[in-house]
Amino acid sequence: MTSEAQAIDTIHRDDTGSRMGLWLFLFSELILFGGMFIVYAVYRFLHPEEFRLAAAELDPFMGTINTMILLTSSLTVALSITAIQRGKKYISMTFVGTTLVLALTFLIIKYFEWSHKISLGIFPKSPELTNKPEGEILYFGLYYVMTGLHAFHVIVGIVVLVFMLIFISKEIVRKESYVKLEAGALYWHLVDIIWIFLFPLFYLIH
Amino acid sequence: MTQIEEHKRHIIPYAEYIQIWLGLLALTGLTVACAGMNLGRWVIITALTIASTKSMLVLNIFMHLKYEERMFRIFVLVALITFIIFISLTFFDYAFY
Repeated sequence: MTSEAQAIDTIHRDDTGSRMGLWLFLFSELILFGGMFIVYAVYRFLHPEEFRLAAAELDPFMGTINTMILLTSSLTVALSITAIQRGKKYISMTFVGTTLVLALTFLIIKYFEWSHKISLGIFPKSPELTNKPEGEILYFGLYYVMTGLHAFHVIVGIVVLVFMLIFISKEIVRKESYVKLEAGALYWHLVDIIWIFLFPLFYLIH
Repeated sequence: MTQIEEHKRHIIPYAEYIQIWLGLLALTGLTVACAGMNLGRWVIITALTIASTKSMLVLNIFMHLKYEERMFRIFVLVALITFIIFISLTFFDYAFY
């Protein structure tokens, strides 16, 4: 390699630092959701029986399907990194595209779940809900806020993944430089981890 | 230098990711099965244990923590310990008053 070529290759870049920056951002997400998990823990501790009754209104089947969808989407986005590391541009794009489809499916199922609850009259401040005991009101309040904030993260994740698709196709993300895709994937995995906890805490209390 | 540094990075084979994914699906089945049993006060403990195991798999393999520099793992540990301190201190107010 000539010294000129080397000079081009050694343009200042710190991928480890970039990834660490994204991890720091993920810790701020931990605090954001963590605060809500603490509120959940305290209210469930104070109203165990009412949380159990309220959770019976949720459909564990839908929750399980959505869990499997998100886990699979985490797999596909992880596979896209291996593909780009091996220089397989189109395989990588296919994996990111699959992740996008799964993310949209998750949101569609979430939409049906929410609209079913709303059609039953269960939504914040609804007459149906305000007549229920305090613990159930708290449960559904937390349900809407926490799954809602999570769904918002899924939407943000979709936007990020669309950018990844564009970056890979324009070869901004390529075999020699893929830290952007890694950052997007890290964010997507965090969305998955949050759901891993939301699922048993809201759907599986019997 | 950057290129050399990048080429040294561990490439996780497809098969390893798929194994982890199968493990995650199995654990999801396990947590659903456990919820169906009448475990009483153990419900929350089994649910959180399984969820933590799943998270560890995602963190270590999908998020490459296992193959990152040690500093990354220290960071994550500090963040998790901070969160555990928050949640346990909160319960001093509610569980033992």
